[in-house]
Amino acid sequence: MSTGTYAPKPGAAPVGRMIAAQTALETRMLLRNGEQLLLTVIIPSLLLVLFSTVDIVTVPVATTGGGGEAVDFLAPGVLALAVMSTAFTGQAIATGFERRYGVLKRLGASPLPRWALMTAKTLSVLVTEVLQVALLTAIALALGWSPHGDPLSVLLLLVLGTAAFSGLGLLMAGTLKAEATLAAANLVFLLLLVGGGVVVPLEKFGAAGDVLALLPISALSDGLRDVLQNGASMPWGDALILAVWAVLGLGAAARFFRWE
Amino acid sequence: MSHESVVQVRGLVKRYGSKTAVDGLDLDVRAGTVTAVLGPNGAGKTTTVETCEGYRRPDGGTVRVLGLDPVADAAALRPRIGVMLQSGGVYSGARADEMLRHMAKLHARPLDVDALIERLGLGSCGRTTYRRLSGGQQQRLSLAMAVVGRPELVFLDEPTAGLDPQARRSTWELVRELRADGVTVVLTTHFMQEAEELADDVAIVDAGRVAAQGSPEELCRGGAENTLRFSGRPGLDLGSLLKALPDGTAAAEPLPGTYRITGAVDPQLLATVTTWCAQHGVMPDRISVERHTLEDVFLELTGKELRS
Repeated sequence: MSTGTYAPKPGAAPVGRMIAAQTALETRMLLRNGEQLLLTVIIPSLLLVLFSTVDIVTVPVATTGGGGEAVDFLAPGVLALAVMSTAFTGQAIATGFERRYGVLKRLGASPLPRWALMTAKTLSVLVTEVLQVALLTAIALALGWSPHGDPLSVLLLLVLGTAAFSGLGLLMAGTLKAEATLAAANLVFLLLLVGGGVVVPLEKFGAAGDVLALLPISALSDGLRDVLQNGASMPWGDALILAVWAVLGLGAAARFFRWE
Repeated sequence: MSHESVVQVRGLVKRYGSKTAVDGLDLDVRAGTVTAVLGPNGAGKTTTVETCEGYRRPDGGTVRVLGLDPVADAAALRPRIGVMLQSGGVYSGARADEMLRHMAKLHARPLDVDALIERLGLGSCGRTTYRRLSGGQQQRLSLAMAVVGRPELVFLDEPTAGLDPQARRSTWELVRELRADGVTVVLTTHFMQEAEELADDVAIVDAGRVAAQGSPEELCRGGAENTLRFSGRPGLDLGSLLKALPDGTAAAEPLPGTYRITGAVDPQLLATVTTWCAQHGVMPDRISVERHTLEDVFLELTGKELRS
């Protein structure tokens, strides 16, 4: 390189361009990661297909007051699971390792402001969720799913659920060691998959079901089911539970997140 | 080339719990120069540099970088500096060119990424992701990330640690090119040779303080005494020789016929000694000047070996 090549010409790119670049990179990293794809794509798809076609758990289509096939009960739960897998598990693990490997630290010395980094992370989660919802909807429709209800209510629930799970995921990533986050995020994913009304109806847990109903995954799957399976109007109770988790989780993450 | 101070550290104190990492450190970096912060592991080099980068808030003292407070004015400062961390800083699943292109996109007028990849020999990384790159490739990528945004000032934390000699020379060459183009460079190192080869200024750091700062020549001249040796007939009148030499010079005959003069050995002193020898009919055989290296200076100032 010739003389003058490195002559200083500093300056930040326009913030919109930085956010777009960061979102694209974060999304590519996520889609390239095999373990992440297992969580976000393969497990939800597999559960949807498996539980719709094989009678592993008796799906209470009738008892929940709705009609239709097993897939009508399962599809909303699996959509909730997909949101959790990306906004909580995937984001917690990825961010935990970015923190561990100094990526967050290095970006902290770049022109990209922290708020722009968090915006890009959120956008990356949303892009991934759009892809997941499109894929899972296609599979569910192929299995005979007939969704009801107001799409706007569904959208609002998905956004609230994303906020709630993102807060909890970032709280974990920003406070625990990366290995602990990896283990805990997977464990929580598994526990909430079983105990959060995704494929197993909460009624099966007896009295404990009332407590489990307060979990964000239960509120999201129950809310989505109310709308999509039963055509109910906006389930404000579930929305409120999600909003409370979002405020608590994001607030705690903002307070306790450590960048290094 | 202007020489105003672009980094000014005054009385910096930084503690981690009960441990004091930096204990009243002063540092000045002149614009357009290469400054080496030299010291053993644990001396406080990284803490000092990371405070200048805005990562650490000082517990005492003041830090100004390009006239800005690195914490309070972070948003204004960060686009103007380049940072190479001691390790890490890259997504483990990212490829070298991908990460470098990304860093370039965060800046308004970045360097040509392909040319930089070529210059640093990163072209061979191909589609390999960061976690599978060799240590040397990771170091060079990190260096490239520090300069791609065309900063005014770059901080390189141990830029050649773990590099083979050839890669080390290539990195030194890049540092010289940066300086030639008007970029100010601050680097930490525990390689004496690196400081001697590269730096206009060296700050020797030990136990959280700067033990001495100056050009390598100044440090070698000022901090430690140099030695002049010669041989001649035994039993020369050293008292007469000393009278001709400046105050503070010492002369000895450790073995019969071998002489040692210690003090500020400069051209004038050498001329005085040879003149005195000529006047006394002495042929100063095997006359030699032993220059002190930074290593000697360091040992003298800190009582420690530098090598980690």
